[in-house]
Amino acid sequence: MALRGDWMYENNGGTCVAIAGIDYCVVAADTRLSVGYSILTRDHSKICSLADKCVLASSGFQGDIRALHKHLSARHLLYQHQHNKQMSCPAMGQLLSNTLYYKRFFPYYAFNVLGGLDNEGKGCVYTYDAVGSYERVGYSAQGSGSTLIMPVLDNQLKSPSPLLLPARDAVTPLSETEAVDLVKDVFASATERDIYTGDKLEIVVINASGIKREYLELRKD
Amino acid sequence: MFRNQYDTDVTTWSPAGRLFQVEYAMEAVKQGSAAVGLRSSSHAVLAAVNKAASELASHQRKVFRADDHVGVAIAGLTADGRVLSRFLRNECINHSFVYESPLPVGRLVVQLADKAQVCTQRSWKRPYGVGLLVAGLDESGAHLYYNCPSGNYFEYQAFAIGSRSQAAKTFLERRYEAYDGYTREELIKDALFAIKETLQGEKLTSQLCTVAIVGVGEAFHVIDQKTIQEYIDAMEVSSEGGAEEETAAAPPSGEAQEGGDGPAEPAPMDI
Amino acid sequence: MQNVEISIPTLNGWLLGYPVTYLFSNEKLKKATGVVSMQSLHIYKIYVTRYPYVTGTSVIAMKYKDGVIMASDTAGSYGSTLRYKSVERIKTVGDHTIIGASGEISDFQEIMRYLDELILYDKMWDDGNSLGPKEVHNYLNRIMYNRRNKFNPLYNSLVLGGVKNGQKYLGTVNMIGTHYEDDHLATGFGNHLARPILRSEWREDLTFEEAVKLIEKCLLVLLYRDRSSINKFQIAKITAEGTTIHPPYSLRTYWGFSHFQNPSKGAAGTW
Repeated sequence: MALRGDWMYENNGGTCVAIAGIDYCVVAADTRLSVGYSILTRDHSKICSLADKCVLASSGFQGDIRALHKHLSARHLLYQHQHNKQMSCPAMGQLLSNTLYYKRFFPYYAFNVLGGLDNEGKGCVYTYDAVGSYERVGYSAQGSGSTLIMPVLDNQLKSPSPLLLPARDAVTPLSETEAVDLVKDVFASATERDIYTGDKLEIVVINASGIKREYLELRKD
Repeated sequence: MFRNQYDTDVTTWSPAGRLFQVEYAMEAVKQGSAAVGLRSSSHAVLAAVNKAASELASHQRKVFRADDHVGVAIAGLTADGRVLSRFLRNECINHSFVYESPLPVGRLVVQLADKAQVCTQRSWKRPYGVGLLVAGLDESGAHLYYNCPSGNYFEYQAFAIGSRSQAAKTFLERRYEAYDGYTREELIKDALFAIKETLQGEKLTSQLCTVAIVGVGEAFHVIDQKTIQEYIDAMEVSSEGGAEEETAAAPPSGEAQEGGDGPAEPAPMDI
Repeated sequence: MQNVEISIPTLNGWLLGYPVTYLFSNEKLKKATGVVSMQSLHIYKIYVTRYPYVTGTSVIAMKYKDGVIMASDTAGSYGSTLRYKSVERIKTVGDHTIIGASGEISDFQEIMRYLDELILYDKMWDDGNSLGPKEVHNYLNRIMYNRRNKFNPLYNSLVLGGVKNGQKYLGTVNMIGTHYEDDHLATGFGNHLARPILRSEWREDLTFEEAVKLIEKCLLVLLYRDRSSINKFQIAKITAEGTTIHPPYSLRTYWGFSHFQNPSKGAAGTW
């Protein structure tokens, strides 16, 4: 791609994880922003609350990520004006896919996980690639540390095979606190080996009573 | 024989220096059901009379949220009001997209007024037939503006538009000086009183009005009917006790209702 | 395709009567110019990768007790030539913001034209509202990100600092639209050499004198290690009281270390 030289994009790193439970959803991302071997800042949130029950975490190129988050927030505002209600998480999932695909030939360099509660109040996680293909899953990891985290989640959460018929729920049997503890563990582990993950972990828990945020310090080296 | 020669299109002046089409548009505002607005230094309240076109119909929406910090109440052609509130919403979204800060209310109002003004100067257009009370909060505190079809706009402490609004204005004129120090509850109460004035004896119920508020620490929202009914009930108890007899104090003045017969001499562009 | 150089002056401007530049790839150029007014014209779009000509090196900035302090040298390098030696790379933007730029000087001057226009239009409202550092930062980010989306970036890393409503602000944007805030920032070489110092020595409650001392320590490291920096610095501060950009001055340097005088002396494999 000589036309769009490498100057068009920058990889600012970062890892995002989301886990869906019976009646909750945990979305987490680290707050390190880096480029190459430099850390730009240690406290930069990658998580955006789009609706009451819908949270998006993205890693990749910060400029694109911010543009994407702002675009979706503006679209959600218009949706609220027109429909007098909050957008549901499945609807936001489709909107995000369409938004990404709209830029199929000049993509947003953003790797997203969307977490929240669906219309039945069950936890839901949508996972994406940069050009908009997406899938509803029980848990997901995206970004620079995803290769370290995903196999651990596979091992610990063991979602039923998507090939089974009739389809089984992909949500994990873990309780909310167990899921939060697992997220803390996988991030602490990824931070050990991935130079783009670290500094601080931002955890967002969505359940029937609303959105809760908590932070955990990670290694800074 | 006595047909007006100067009112067939917006861009034709009368020899007296008036634009009749614009004045007719302002007349449409007076025909619409009433809306009132008032503000303290920290809050602004909008209220509107919900009037259904028939027994079988529901009423039209009169109060619109433009953003967390601004909202409007309209009187006149509701369809025009809807188009304009969509414009306001877009302006607010665009501004917060570029600056990540809310659009100052005064600037929003000017954009709206400029849009209305264009319609008074183009032969192929028609002025908007709607008056808007714009209430909002920004760096310099709470604001209340009135935007009119002529493209004029005014800032007010308290104002009323729409049919029989004169009664509400009379009520507000007697009390506005104290409004700066009012609490939000007192503002809501006075808004309901003002609305009651426009009803001319008809019983005020929560179904008959929409009340919205915006202020420090409070995003623009329509107050739910149950809360409004509680305010109304409390009002009735206190006025029966004779604490403050507001209702009798405002006799409806002549021009309050249809001021349509024979326009007076000076150009009423100042309203 | 990158860095295609073409000169087809007759095609610029007057072709088809539009004030635009038509770009053709080299191999199709002959064909395109040959068919100007005869057949349907094929317009080929080429993307030109630009490169900077005159550049400024690092800018350092940090918050301190009363506001934000920013520093840079005044060099404008033409490649490795020190072409200009008194380029002011720190400027004020409105009443609450200062901006520092590294990268292409001409692009920075273009950016200042945008920002001065922005501030002028903001002041023209004359309504008591004004753009703060956060708003300017966001606006600037839109400009930078938009230009990269058009494959025509402004070749700069910019630092914005300011104080408004008692709130300190320090943020940065680069040529492709990466933007963030922090307590201390540095562009270019400064990110490698100055920020480690700032990370270990910076405190929120630094006085101005301490802040100047710390920033001079960083500048000195850059002066010794960054080939394109010169010993002529400007320091600017912004507080709630206002902005001061100090005139350029020099730092005391010491070149007497034996390693500076004979760097290879005693090194293994030398004599």
